[in-house]
Amino acid sequence: MIPAAFAYHAPTSLAEATSLLGKLGDGAKVLSGGQSLIPLMKLRLTSPPHVVDINGIPGLAYLKEADGFLRIGALTRECELDDSELIRTRYPLLHDVCKVIADPLVRNLATVAGNLAHGDPANDHPAAMLALGAEVVALGGTGERRIPIASFFTGPFETALRADEILTEIRVPVPAPKSGGAYMKLERKVGDFATAAVAVQVTLSAAGACEYVGIGLTNVGLTPIQATRAEAALKGKTPDDPVIAEAAQLAADSAEPSDDLRGPAEYKKDLVRVLTTRALRRALERAARR
Amino acid sequence: MQVDLTINGEKHQTDVEPRLLLVHLIRDVLRLTGTHIGCDTTHCGACTVLLEGRPVKSCTLFAVQANGKQLMTVEGLEQDGKLHPLQEGFMAEHGLQCGYCTPGMLMTSFAFLQKHPKPSEDDIRWAISGNLCRCTGYVNIVKAVQHAAATLNGGA
Repeated sequence: MIPAAFAYHAPTSLAEATSLLGKLGDGAKVLSGGQSLIPLMKLRLTSPPHVVDINGIPGLAYLKEADGFLRIGALTRECELDDSELIRTRYPLLHDVCKVIADPLVRNLATVAGNLAHGDPANDHPAAMLALGAEVVALGGTGERRIPIASFFTGPFETALRADEILTEIRVPVPAPKSGGAYMKLERKVGDFATAAVAVQVTLSAAGACEYVGIGLTNVGLTPIQATRAEAALKGKTPDDPVIAEAAQLAADSAEPSDDLRGPAEYKKDLVRVLTTRALRRALERAARR
Repeated sequence: MQVDLTINGEKHQTDVEPRLLLVHLIRDVLRLTGTHIGCDTTHCGACTVLLEGRPVKSCTLFAVQANGKQLMTVEGLEQDGKLHPLQEGFMAEHGLQCGYCTPGMLMTSFAFLQKHPKPSEDDIRWAISGNLCRCTGYVNIVKAVQHAAATLNGGA
């Protein structure tokens, strides 16, 4: 399969990239890992006349904690999360996620930022970032702005990014002590999108109540879904079996899946209930250990 | 657009259309046909090559993105007329039937063994989970990688 012809741009600075995007407008697509964009171009589901390749811009691949946030740069690859001791020990939710995105070869190129900026409700990082209460930094011609992840996904394959903006950084609040997270995904095979998946992040109080709860759902709606009613049902409560069961049911109620080859909507809704239960239990276990 | 790259230690300079995929540059322009095109949809891994040492699917990368980079293809495994222990392993353990997935399996395993010289069976299965084989069911492929690991660790 051959993509339609396009003009290729390889800026070497963010300023050059945003100025190019400002000039080219909707006719340009940003190329980072390319593991979603290039397959779409090969299928001619999208045929941008201009491709702006940001891979030549130095300083965009990093993973570090600074000023209260875990900061993930625009060109940080999924495989770098997997290799990171920081992620493995302090961000178990992200460590779970980076092991189940596509396959190891795709993860060698795919970027975390691209997984968000693509706006695909079937991608895995959106639910995780919703659960973690992250924010993204967008840089455009008029400067930089910070967008809470909860208002980032505006529609299927649509985000709050403007045509001239690049997602330059993801900021995840550094978790408090007694925090833990987990990602539970059912996929038909390695490399498939989720039939459904659930991301959970919790922080426990000294008394064992849920001080912070974030729950995000993958591929059960037109956008990634934050299960806010399920979160509210847990907040301030001791997460015993009845409380977990109620929250899991509320998470299932907030899912809006459709029938497809991966299963009927009714099945996927119940899957969300089961996966929420399991993800909550694992996240709570991990939180209790810290 | 002009692209300068190094494949298997040899420098190449070619003029390509931006939409040319890396796998087509490798096979059709440079005539290194050891790299295969399987699914052409980022699923099968038959087109795996090393980009700066990391295995990637060359059907999902534009040739222009490899400008200035170091690549390695399956042709680079053999050194001075001597097969690499992985290639020996695939022969000794019957790690292939039709052979279509083999170049991808070899390149993924090559990069994997450099990082994990003493892998468990689970580690190997995990590493090759982005490479599909429709003949063997992976058992002999795993044995072939173990064979190579043993040789590389001085066991043969």
